[in-house]
Amino acid sequence: MPDPMRIRAQAAGDKTTVRVLMSHEMETGLRKDAAGKTIPAWFIQEVTAQLNGKPVFTAEWGPSVSKNPFLQFVVKGAKAGDKIAVTWRDNKGETRTDEATVS
Amino acid sequence: MRTRNIAAIAAALAATAATVPLLAQESKSASDGIAEYRKMLEDGNPAELFEAKGEDLWKTPRGPKNASLEQCDLGLGAGVVKGAWVQMPRYFPDTKKVQDLESRLLTCMQTLQGFDADEIAKTPFDKGEQASVTALAAWVSSMSRGMKMALPQKHAEEKRFYELGKRAFFYRGGPMDFACASCHGEPGKRIRLQDLPDLTRNPGNGIGFAAWPAYRVSSGELWGMQRRLNDCFRQQRFPYPGFASDVTVALGVYMGVNAKGAESIAPALKR
Repeated sequence: MPDPMRIRAQAAGDKTTVRVLMSHEMETGLRKDAAGKTIPAWFIQEVTAQLNGKPVFTAEWGPSVSKNPFLQFVVKGAKAGDKIAVTWRDNKGETRTDEATVS
Repeated sequence: MRTRNIAAIAAALAATAATVPLLAQESKSASDGIAEYRKMLEDGNPAELFEAKGEDLWKTPRGPKNASLEQCDLGLGAGVVKGAWVQMPRYFPDTKKVQDLESRLLTCMQTLQGFDADEIAKTPFDKGEQASVTALAAWVSSMSRGMKMALPQKHAEEKRFYELGKRAFFYRGGPMDFACASCHGEPGKRIRLQDLPDLTRNPGNGIGFAAWPAYRVSSGELWGMQRRLNDCFRQQRFPYPGFASDVTVALGVYMGVNAKGAESIAPALKR
């Protein structure tokens, strides 16, 4: 089971800033370990966000994104108390969803 | 076409020069640039992920004795975490030793949870239970964020460790005849773009001792003070110090006492 994300969503006027920290190795598949063997690629491929169950954000990621990535985006029209859910899926098919309440 | 472009650039430059004083732009130093970069990353310090992990490890029953660490005494009484970090390393009557956060965590993991502290100390960083110690250190230190360093110096052992740390700090050796003081003995020094804090005095809020544990963006790792010191020893081409060994704790006492009054920002974010 992957480690949880940290999500914060702060409303200011009609705009809500969402900040997400994901816990992921993000291996490029190009690095080698101490024994000289290639470390297999393992990275997040797809990130989606939903506001009260309605998709508001999708992104396709690749191996160039850093380890433990940080994502920030702005959503229009969210109010305090609304639910923001973020989901990622990596190239091994593993997935994780976490939810936060807009404040 | 080319001449026209050059003319356009020249015009643009002239316009810039007219509106923004050129001097002001030039005076922005490399460390200002780094400070800006840190500011940008402040909201998304991945150390938070380690804090969350550490909190979970503290509260979850684990180890051969299947116990949590909630009864662990970090110096302010069993289970008191808030404010504990800014008063460490300190003397602990039960072990009759001056201990820093990481060595104290080892003690608690051994006495409460039944882990083998020596074995954890020998484990490479980021492997097995060593990774747990790091995550725990991240969480414990985060519970003192914004508080001022206030290491006790009442007990004779604490004073002895300060003197010991001072000696280690100024001890020159190795193939490059280096001491900690070679880099950290006066203000305004740096390695490449990293400012080096003067650790013989209080280097300021959130600098030096008051910034570790920290997340290092370049390696994607969280480092506690033990690992920070381990790498300082490596850079001096000294033999690696034992994890939680007396010399590392003594250096912690020396830096921590010197930093008295500095505000802790740990776990911080490093390049």
